[in-house]
Amino acid sequence: MKGNVIIYIACMAGITYLIRVLPLTLIRKEIKNRTVKSFLYYVPYVTLAVMTFPAILSATQSPIAAAVALVAAILLAYFGRGLFFVAVSACVIVFVLELFTHPIATLASAIL
Amino acid sequence: MTRGQWFLRGMKAGVPICMGYFAVAIALGIAARSAGIGSIQAAVTSLLINASAGEYAGFSLIAVGASYIEVTVMEAVANARYLLMSASLSQKLDSTTKWWERLLLGFTVTDEIFGASIAVEGRLSPYFTYGTFVVATLGWTGGTFTGAVLGNVLSARLLSALAVGLYGMFISVFIPEAKKNKIVAVLVAVSFAASYAAEKLPFIRDISDGIRIIILTVVISLAAAIIFPVKEKGENENEG
Repeated sequence: MKGNVIIYIACMAGITYLIRVLPLTLIRKEIKNRTVKSFLYYVPYVTLAVMTFPAILSATQSPIAAAVALVAAILLAYFGRGLFFVAVSACVIVFVLELFTHPIATLASAIL
Repeated sequence: MTRGQWFLRGMKAGVPICMGYFAVAIALGIAARSAGIGSIQAAVTSLLINASAGEYAGFSLIAVGASYIEVTVMEAVANARYLLMSASLSQKLDSTTKWWERLLLGFTVTDEIFGASIAVEGRLSPYFTYGTFVVATLGWTGGTFTGAVLGNVLSARLLSALAVGLYGMFISVFIPEAKKNKIVAVLVAVSFAASYAAEKLPFIRDISDGIRIIILTVVISLAAAIIFPVKEKGENENEG
């Protein structure tokens, strides 16, 4: 590293804050344009979906466990379970499944 | 609902985020350490920036001795999606939200906190988001510090399980809306497919994660806004 860590951190924090705060302070009224309104309505769902898949498959040691957690979370959310329950269930599923899948995967890679 | 009740409700939504953040931030702390950044400095970075991809990118550039300008530009690129999220969030606030409440709210926008805030029915009180942030940042800042100090002391399996919680949260935001609105359901499927394709296709897969997310979000949301504009009567906001 060359340069001062404090200045690096200040640069990173400053630009990130500007990006986050400008739309919140500049857009103070309700937008009337129908296309822009529709666009902003769709943005959160699209961006969260884009970030979820396929990234979830590489977040865990076993992609199979992640895939099961993905399907289970979708079903739980569909049947009305809340944010906390869905998130914790996904964690528990991966933890339990990796008890089984991970040793098998390790064993399989050792044999093959 | 009073400000205190909103804040408490937000704190509850912050618990799974805190757990997931802790796991993800450990890896971040390890990255900071290898970039030659001290554990306190790494924790402060996490407290001030709260952005995984942005911090990773920043730390790796600092590690190779990039200039301040390069780091700043990288940070802008990696975090540009927050422009969209903040713009979307601005429409969920009551117009009476004060300027300093907006300044404070701007500090708290992350993928997950945004997800939890947008999932609130009707108008959003910034106090909800503050509550979520206060709890979530404990995991984020604490995880970064732990990672920078201890490195790989927690079992990989535990981290693996915690990390998936963040995706569980995302899912619990878009699935209920997809159930209510068939167009959102189609968009979720399209987003999954497009995101998968973008990760596999030559050239496109070389684009940084941050930019890829922005391009996909803008293209898909804009196409949907033009083809399926939201019906005016469907926008009945439940006030209060």
